[in-house]
Amino acid sequence: MSSLSRDDVAKLAGLARIEMSEEELVNLANEFTVILDAVARVQEVAGADVEPTSHPLPLRNVFRADVVVPSLTPEEALSGAPAQEEQRFRVPQILGEE
Amino acid sequence: MIRNSASEMAAKLAAGETTSVALTQAHLDRITAVDADVHAFLYVDTEGALAQAAAVDAKRAKGEKLSPLAGVPLALKDVMAQKGVPTTCGSKILEGWRPPYDSTVVANLKKNDVVILGKTNMDEFAMGSSTENSAYGPTHNPWDLTRIPGGSGGGSSAALAAFEAPLAIGTDTGGSIRQPAAVTGTVGVKPTYGGVSRFGLVAFSSSLDQAGPCARTVLDTALLHEAIAGHDPKDATSINAPVPNVVAAAKSGDVKGMKIGVVKELNGDGYQPGVRARFEESLELLAKAGAEIVEVSAPNFEYALAAYYLIAPSECSSNLARFDAMRYGLRVGDVDGASAETVMNLTREVGFGKEVKRRIILGTYALSSGYYDAYYGSAQKVRTLITQDFTKAFEKADVLVSPTCPTTAFKIGEKANDPLAMYLNDIATIPVNLAGIGGMSLPSGLADEDGLPVGFQIMSPVMKDERMYSVGAALEAALLSKWGAPLLDKAPVLAGAR
Repeated sequence: MSSLSRDDVAKLAGLARIEMSEEELVNLANEFTVILDAVARVQEVAGADVEPTSHPLPLRNVFRADVVVPSLTPEEALSGAPAQEEQRFRVPQILGEE
Repeated sequence: MIRNSASEMAAKLAAGETTSVALTQAHLDRITAVDADVHAFLYVDTEGALAQAAAVDAKRAKGEKLSPLAGVPLALKDVMAQKGVPTTCGSKILEGWRPPYDSTVVANLKKNDVVILGKTNMDEFAMGSSTENSAYGPTHNPWDLTRIPGGSGGGSSAALAAFEAPLAIGTDTGGSIRQPAAVTGTVGVKPTYGGVSRFGLVAFSSSLDQAGPCARTVLDTALLHEAIAGHDPKDATSINAPVPNVVAAAKSGDVKGMKIGVVKELNGDGYQPGVRARFEESLELLAKAGAEIVEVSAPNFEYALAAYYLIAPSECSSNLARFDAMRYGLRVGDVDGASAETVMNLTREVGFGKEVKRRIILGTYALSSGYYDAYYGSAQKVRTLITQDFTKAFEKADVLVSPTCPTTAFKIGEKANDPLAMYLNDIATIPVNLAGIGGMSLPSGLADEDGLPVGFQIMSPVMKDERMYSVGAALEAALLSKWGAPLLDKAPVLAGAR
């Protein structure tokens, strides 16, 4: 039986960049005990000899001719930006102070 | 006029009996009258729709050659980017976003002069089976306003059943076109994966997502299928081959000599008696129409749900990483000194709903080192086994059939707090997505015990989509002559229309 603790969920939420309240963490941990039991069934049938399928189409690289076509203008590309400056996306601080 | 099929509307437009402006206005009036009760739409583009309609009328007046659906209105699922029109995916994180470009599906609709009325409600990022996961409130099933219209495309299916639009676009990752069609007495098709471009379809699970047509008749669905399908260089997974001849198949409806395979595992326990009764009845009608009914077995289907609820969340945890508060959409907590990471964390907490968070965390877990092989890896192997089951079954039958869902529409709120019970809705639709084949749901009548619509599912091999239209049209014709009138004539009259 698989289960996740409140701390496990907190770690996953950190990896997924989602702030979560104490209540959310505890609820998710409880739900995951049930959900993981259900999905763990995939381990019952899949033998080592079975190839995994990541995609329904047997595709390799898909190429097209390298032709210049119209694309978004800078104004269009920035039209949904939460903040912008000098025709660029303005983002919060990325590097630490030290 | 609004109760006509799209083909009938198109014929009236071609004959000059009405105009696209009049037809569009009639649907906008209908939306005004009933959508407060149904809540199928998140955004109604009155001006844009009427402008598009006027442009079609002008082309027609000049004698230009027009496409078969020119001037007919359509409802667009809010997961499809449409230039300048709000596109939310039912999520707060995209509230107010207006895409600077058209998805290929929208571009194709515009090229065919199909009039886009507005954007329909959906489970947030298409994750759900009831439309209750929309951040903007649930949609109500026109057959019974206290019940769900299916999901994730409940807005599109409800718009059709409430006669707010004769055509709609849906997307289907695990059943989001077919299950809503089943519970609202409408028709919905998930084409072969790669048959319709995903460019501009906001991604949930890229190896499973497929846009498709929804309507009230099989022929209308085929006409819309033909309008939106085809190879697109902007989608590397789009199939570079001619569109299957779905319109001709829907017109002929010929099933003589066809072998129809009943999937043994998609029936029986857990399926409501009325669902099973309507399914058996449909099989008899198809046999009478000249088809041969055979039984096929797909032993690995019982693992499909488990595989799906690992693969889809895994892909979504990666796809939804794009909602990072940097380039578009919501940004929360951007105060002096706040780091980008803090802003992301706060934005994603506020912007995503419960089910989306649940799936992102599940996917993050399934992909994390130490668990990858046991969960995501095993699920991918099950996907192989399911595809092999289909391949073997299609050696014995031209199409496969099953009930679309185990039950009729349930009550709003009934399963909201039980994710596993909710996931079970998709038990018969999910295998199709995992294998990338085509699937259709069409109405097969009402369940005796609750008087609610039941769906009949038809599955066809990769790029043999025309087969499900042949079978669908044959069954539709047989049922229509049995009923004497379309099933939706039995739906209650909505208060707003009285």
